[in-house]
Amino acid sequence: MQLIRRTLLAAACAAAFVAPAFAQNVVKIAGLYELSGPGTTSGTNFKDGVQLAIKEINAAGGILGRKIDATVADTQSNPGVAKGLASKAIDDDVFAVFGPVFSGSVMVSMNETRRAEIPNFVGGEAAAITKQGNPYVFRTSFTQETAMPKVARYIANGLKAKNVAVMYVNNDFGKGGRDAITKALADVGVKVVADISTDSGQIDFSAPVLKAKQANADALFVYTNEEESARALRELRKQGYDKPLVGETTLTGQKVIELAGDAANGATAHVGLTIDAPNERMLAFKAKFYKEYNYFCDHNGIKGYTGVYLLKAAIEKVGKFDRKAVASALHGLSVKAATHPGVILDVSIDDKGDLDRESYLVEAKNGRQIVKEVLPALGKK
Amino acid sequence: MSDFLLLVFSGIATGSIYALAALGFTLLWQASGTINFAQGEFVMLPAFTMLAFMSFGAPLLLSFALTCVVAVVVLGWAFKRGIADPLLRFGLMPIVVATIGLSIAASNGVRAGYSAEAYPFPTLFARRLFDVFGVTVSLADITTLAFAGALVLGTQAFLARTVTGRAMQAVAQNTESATVLGINVPRMVFYTFAINAVLACAAALLVTPTYLAKFDMGGSLGTKAFFAAIIGGFNNSRGALLGGVIVGIGENLAAAYVSPAYKDAVALILFMAVILFKPQGLLGRKVERKV
Repeated sequence: MQLIRRTLLAAACAAAFVAPAFAQNVVKIAGLYELSGPGTTSGTNFKDGVQLAIKEINAAGGILGRKIDATVADTQSNPGVAKGLASKAIDDDVFAVFGPVFSGSVMVSMNETRRAEIPNFVGGEAAAITKQGNPYVFRTSFTQETAMPKVARYIANGLKAKNVAVMYVNNDFGKGGRDAITKALADVGVKVVADISTDSGQIDFSAPVLKAKQANADALFVYTNEEESARALRELRKQGYDKPLVGETTLTGQKVIELAGDAANGATAHVGLTIDAPNERMLAFKAKFYKEYNYFCDHNGIKGYTGVYLLKAAIEKVGKFDRKAVASALHGLSVKAATHPGVILDVSIDDKGDLDRESYLVEAKNGRQIVKEVLPALGKK
Repeated sequence: MSDFLLLVFSGIATGSIYALAALGFTLLWQASGTINFAQGEFVMLPAFTMLAFMSFGAPLLLSFALTCVVAVVVLGWAFKRGIADPLLRFGLMPIVVATIGLSIAASNGVRAGYSAEAYPFPTLFARRLFDVFGVTVSLADITTLAFAGALVLGTQAFLARTVTGRAMQAVAQNTESATVLGINVPRMVFYTFAINAVLACAAALLVTPTYLAKFDMGGSLGTKAFFAAIIGGFNNSRGALLGGVIVGIGENLAAAYVSPAYKDAVALILFMAVILFKPQGLLGRKVERKV
C-alpha cells in the first residue's frame, strides 16, 4: 500500500513538472461555436475556418515557434451555455478565445473573457458588441453600423426605392440590424413602411411574407439568420413576391443559396466577405477550404480563418505571448495581405475592435454569388 | 378579407401535414394502445433516407417509394418487434419513456452521422400561383392539401370499408374477442404500424421542402401532431384531420394578427382548452376504463 502511494505521489510530482514544460511549447486557443441549434450553419463554417488556419499555421511551424492547441466546444446556440463554456476556457488558461458567432451569445460570453483579460475574436455583427468599451473583444467581420449605410445607399441610389419593408429576426443580431438599417435608410431619405418581426428558428413564413406583400413597398430588406433566410426566400417566391429583395450578408450566404435553390435567384446583398470575391488569395482559400471540408464555405468560414491569422500577426508584432500586449497591439493594427497572406484582404482594426476592409455587392444567381460591385474600405475614401 | 382567406388556406395546407403525423398517433393508439412520442422523428428519418437515395441518383418519387419500403421494415416491423411488443406487457408508461428515448436517439444519431446542418429538399410541385376569388393560392399549398386529405380519407375508408380495416378496428376495440373470432391479431397490429410508417413518409415528402431536412425537425412537428391528435380526439382518425387543420389555421392567424412570438403557443392553448372542457377531444368518444 505504502509503495503504491509513493509511486502515485512520485507520478503526480513528475506530471506537475512535465505539464508546464509541455504547455510552454503550445499556445492554447478555445473555440466556442454554434454546432447545433439555429446557429449551426454559422458556427460550423466559423469553426472549420478557424481549424483550417490552425492546421496551416501548425504545419508551417506555429506562432513564434509554438504550435496551436485548439479546443472545440458547442454552445448549442444558447447564450447560457456559451457563458459557461467561456468560463471553462478561462479555467483552462487559454491564450485566446474564438467565437461565438451569434451576437446574443457573444454579448454574455465576452464579459467572461474580458474579466480574464483574454483576447476574444467573435463572429457577431450586432453593433452593441463593440460599444461597451471592452478592450478584449475583436470582430472578424463588419459591425452592422458599417455595413448598413452601404446597403441603404444601394437601396436609395441603385434601386431608386422610395420606401422599403424591413423583415428581421427577433434576436440581438436581427434587432441590431433593424435599428441600424432604419437609421441608415432615414439618412438617405428612404421610408420604412413595414416593420416585420420573425422568430429565430421560424419555419412557416407565410404570415410575414403576406405582411410584406401588403406593405406594397418598392423593395424588401430581409435580415434573418441562414436557415430562416432560405425559408423566407422560398415562401416569398411561393407567394409570387416580385419586388427587389435586398439583404446584408446572410441573405445571399452560400448555405442560404444552397437551401433556397432557385428561390434565391435575384436576391441582392451587401457582403463583407465572399469566396467569389475577385481576388487571387480568396480564390486560393476557396479551393483549400473545399479540398479540406468538401463544401463551399460562407462568410463565417472566412471570418474564422482570417481571425486566426489576425491573432498571429498581432502576436508576431508583440514578439511574445502576453495577452494584454497582444490585445493592445490589435487596436489600430493594419495588416497587409501582401505580407500576411492569411488575412486574405488588407484589413485594419480600430480602437474599439471593429474592422475595416473592402466589401462587395453580390447577387445570387444559379446557385452562386455574383459580385456586382466592389465597395472600397471606408478608411480609403 | 382576401388576406384572411389566404392565411386560412395556407393554414389548412400546413395543418393537413400535422394531420398526417397526428393520424399516426391515433392509429397506433387505436390498434395497439401505444403512444409513440418519436412520431416527429418518424418523419425526420424518412426525409434523410430520401436524401440518401437521391444522392445515389434516384429521382424524388422513386426515392419516396424505396423509402416507404425501408420505413415499413424499420419504423413498422422493427419498431413493433423491438420496442412495442416487449414493452406493452408492462403497461403504457414504459413504452412512452422508450419512445421518448428513441426520439432522442434518432435525432442525435442523425446529428452525429449526417451533421447538424440543414439540407435542402426538392419540392414535388412546381411553383405556380392561382387566383381564386381574389385570393392568391400556390399550387404547392393546393396539392399538399389534396395529397394529405386524400391520404387521411383513404386511411379512414380503408379502416371502415375493408375487411382488413374492420378486423384492425376489432383488434383495437377488444383484442380477446378478436382472437376468438379468428382474426390474426399480431398481423393486424403490424398493418397498423406499417400504415403509420407510410404516413410518416408521406408527411416527410410534403413537409421537408419547408422545414428543410434537419436532425431536429421532428421535435416541433411531433409535438404539434400530438396536440392535434388530442384536440381532434385521440380515438378518432377523422379527429386527427380536424385537430391538425385547427392547429394549422390557428397558428397562421396568431402569427399574422397577434405576434409571431405566440405562434407556437396556439396549439398548446387549444390543447389545454380541450383537455379542460372536452377531455375526449372534439370528435372523440368517451371510453369507460376497467380499473
